[in-house]
Amino acid sequence: MIEIDFSKKLTPWEIVQVARHPGRPAITDYVQGMCEEFVELHGDRAFGDDRALIGGFATIGGERVMLIGHRKGKSVEENIHANFGMANPEGYRKALRLMKLAEKYGIPVLSLVDTPGAYPGLDAEARGQAEAIARNLTEMAALRTPFVVVITGEGGSGGALGIAVGDVVLMMQYAVYSVISPEGCASILWRDGKKAPEAAEALKITSESLKKLGVIDEIIVEPDGAAHSDPGLAINAVKKAVLKHLKALKKVDTDTLLQKRYDKYAAMGR
Amino acid sequence: MGWFTNPAAKTASTPTEAIWAICPACKAYVPQAEWNNDLRVCPRCDYHDRLTCRQRVAQICDSGSFSEINATVSVRDPLKFADASGAYADKAQAAVKKTGEGEAILTGTALIDGIPVVIGVMDFRFLGGSLASGTGERILLAAEAALQQRRPLILFSASGGARMHEGIISLMQMAKTCAAISRLQQARIPYLSVLTDPTTGGVSASYAMVGDINIAEPKALIGFAGRRVIEQTIKQQLPDDFQTAEYLLEHGFVDHIVHRGAMKSFLAQVLRYASHR
Repeated sequence: MIEIDFSKKLTPWEIVQVARHPGRPAITDYVQGMCEEFVELHGDRAFGDDRALIGGFATIGGERVMLIGHRKGKSVEENIHANFGMANPEGYRKALRLMKLAEKYGIPVLSLVDTPGAYPGLDAEARGQAEAIARNLTEMAALRTPFVVVITGEGGSGGALGIAVGDVVLMMQYAVYSVISPEGCASILWRDGKKAPEAAEALKITSESLKKLGVIDEIIVEPDGAAHSDPGLAINAVKKAVLKHLKALKKVDTDTLLQKRYDKYAAMGR
Repeated sequence: MGWFTNPAAKTASTPTEAIWAICPACKAYVPQAEWNNDLRVCPRCDYHDRLTCRQRVAQICDSGSFSEINATVSVRDPLKFADASGAYADKAQAAVKKTGEGEAILTGTALIDGIPVVIGVMDFRFLGGSLASGTGERILLAAEAALQQRRPLILFSASGGARMHEGIISLMQMAKTCAAISRLQQARIPYLSVLTDPTTGGVSASYAMVGDINIAEPKALIGFAGRRVIEQTIKQQLPDDFQTAEYLLEHGFVDHIVHRGAMKSFLAQVLRYASHR
């Protein structure tokens, strides 16, 4: 862990460290800190129940939502149980099942993103990691209910995007969102994993850069010293931002919502 | 014509690249003319060599029927990216010069056995067939053309995945292209995906894997995570056929493995069902 001086502007590589900080609020903290109620729903109805990606009915400030999100543990034991927030295909398929249920019941989806990436394992490949993510991307584009995404920690590539195609994409100030980890990019393009700080800079993975690029809609400001220094305050800031957008999206008629969602993603990179 | 498989015959001649093709898989010497006439498939081991997008179009589309669309959509550099070996903008221009193509996918309208289609063919020579903003835009516009003209869409993938040099914008192309595919589904426009060697990473995890029908070429490498990454993560040996077309077929993710020589007729056969309405 590198020492971080919050009185200065953080470098992208420092922000990566903050985004991965073990004390950063995890989905279990958000459930506890911003939901009046949470009814967890398990299983993909085909293979199993992924502990790295959880979801269920939740009530937040009186608003009923389908909450889904990656789960990072707070201890080594929890992290092993939750596979460090790296989901398998059954996790993405469970998430899709819950999204479709939200659509059926007419409740919005709230997706909290915090993962190093989709799990790169033999079994994950055998069960179709690529197909599971691809299916979700295709279905989320057409899901007939409001969809709010918050990148809360690490937005790790396809594993993050697999639950993150929404009408509004919010991002916490010290979260990161990238096509590849800085270490991975450095080892390929710089041929040296130690050049990760350079790669982090070049990849433009901070909330500030992503807002400029039009990839995210709004930055949720974190407390002084980042979310881990005052989790309660950080969770409240997320709750406030989420409620504002949920209320606004619920007023938009569904056809308009879907057209805007399509236009939003069609414009990416233009 | 089996004599060239005889090692003695190899030493008897001094093959040059102009006359001989060397199979990348089994190292057999094959006369260049035969290699090309055989669709760049090795007559000895059946290895399917990578094709340029124009070679593929020539094999699949009715003669003279292909008409390129989206040619003006070219490479962009949204991050102004540079790494240790230089600026992305320069590498992209070098790829354009090398291939004569504007991006890693060639799109157009064409006929396949007389059936009108919109077709997109990726070219691995162009920065590893990587998916980036220009690639995604061409795919989205091709899908929109298919929707407007009510023609089936066929995409041939050949890609290492998302292009790192465009960072998050490349990742967003996965969502963008899938949004376009989703519209075809809703409008009941057929979409056939053909996975060729290699189809990995962000391309396998987006449009390539959600065809109405997924078709693969024999022995093509198809997968999400890289073999080395998986081996480092799980610390165990992977099966030899791991992430091959045959492995994907066995696990239920492709409908059919089709030999290159039969690809056009197979596509036409399926399209006669898909375009029936």
